[in-house]
Amino acid sequence: MIPAPFDYVRADSYDAAAAALGEHGDEAKLLAGGQSLLPLMKLRLATPAIVVDVSRASDLSYVRDDGGVLAIGALTRHCDLARSADVTAHAPLLAHAAGSVGDPQVRHRGTIGGSVAHADPSADIPTALLALGASYVVRGPGGSREVAAADFSTGFLETVLAPDEMLVEIRLPSARGETWGYEKFTRRAIDWATVAVAVQNRGAETSVALANMGSTVLRATATEAALASGAGAADAAAHADEGAEPAGDVTASADFRRHLARVLTKRALAAAGR
Amino acid sequence: MNLTVTVNGTAHTVDVEDRTLLVHLLRDQLDLTATNIGCDTTSCGACTVLLDGESVKSCTVLAASVDGRSVTTLEGLAEGERWHRVQEGFRSMHGLQCGFCTPGMVMAAVSLLDENPSPTADEVRQGLEGNLCRCTGYHNIVAAILEAAK
Repeated sequence: MIPAPFDYVRADSYDAAAAALGEHGDEAKLLAGGQSLLPLMKLRLATPAIVVDVSRASDLSYVRDDGGVLAIGALTRHCDLARSADVTAHAPLLAHAAGSVGDPQVRHRGTIGGSVAHADPSADIPTALLALGASYVVRGPGGSREVAAADFSTGFLETVLAPDEMLVEIRLPSARGETWGYEKFTRRAIDWATVAVAVQNRGAETSVALANMGSTVLRATATEAALASGAGAADAAAHADEGAEPAGDVTASADFRRHLARVLTKRALAAAGR
Repeated sequence: MNLTVTVNGTAHTVDVEDRTLLVHLLRDQLDLTATNIGCDTTSCGACTVLLDGESVKSCTVLAASVDGRSVTTLEGLAEGERWHRVQEGFRSMHGLQCGFCTPGMVMAAVSLLDENPSPTADEVRQGLEGNLCRCTGYHNIVAAILEAAK
């Protein structure tokens, strides 16, 4: 399979990418690691006229400790996150999730920003970042804005990004020393999550995020509320699918996804010591 | 577009369509046909090659994206008559049946051992999660990689 014809533009910095987006507008699509976009292009489900390759924008590949806040460049690869001492120290949930994306080959190409901007509700990275309370720095001609992870995706593969904007940095408050859990159910090792659950504790507060339980990644708010009011993990996990509207597909029925959300939440809470 | 890529130590300047995938550049333009196309959907790993030393699935990388970089295919592993230790491991432990997945398995294993020189059997199995063997001959493949790591 070969993608439909397009014009290739290489942009090795944010400025070069911004210039390309400014010139080509919504005809252009940013290509980071390409591990989600290229398969869609090969299936002709995505047919951008212009592909702007930012995979070598080294100014957007970094992990930085900004004094209690971890700042991660959007083009930092999954393999680099998984082995980063800073990510392992401040956000072990993210390091673990990054190490469980796809397979080693995918992790050698795929990037944190690419995964977030692709906005697939079954993806590991945005699920972990939602539980971690991350925010996303978006830059465009009018300057930068910071969007909370919960407000970023507006639907299946849809985000608040304007055609001339680019996700440039992921920021999250350090979770050093806090406990966490991540549980993913897949039919084969490398599959996208049938359902996944990320749990992040911060002191007495617990955040629970769900993958593939709707058109975006989402918080298990009923479980979080139950925990906050003193419920035990098993009782709280029984509410994990409340308010979610999972799809049924060839991988799993909607009812099975609800079951998985409850069971995996219980396991992830246990792993996090709740 | 024109691009220059070093493949197995030799620099090539080639003219490709913007949409050309790395695997098609290797197979169709450079005649390096050890790299197989299996699923063509980033699942099976038969097209695995090394990009600057790291395993990637060449069906899911644009040729344009490797301009100026270095690619290693199975053909580039041996040094003259001397096989790479992973190739030796596959031979001594009979790490193949039909052989279709083998080039990708070997390249994935080279990358795996580069990142983790002394893996456990479980780490080898985890490290091969991106490579499928349609003969289901995983046992000897794992043994071959552990042998190579000795």
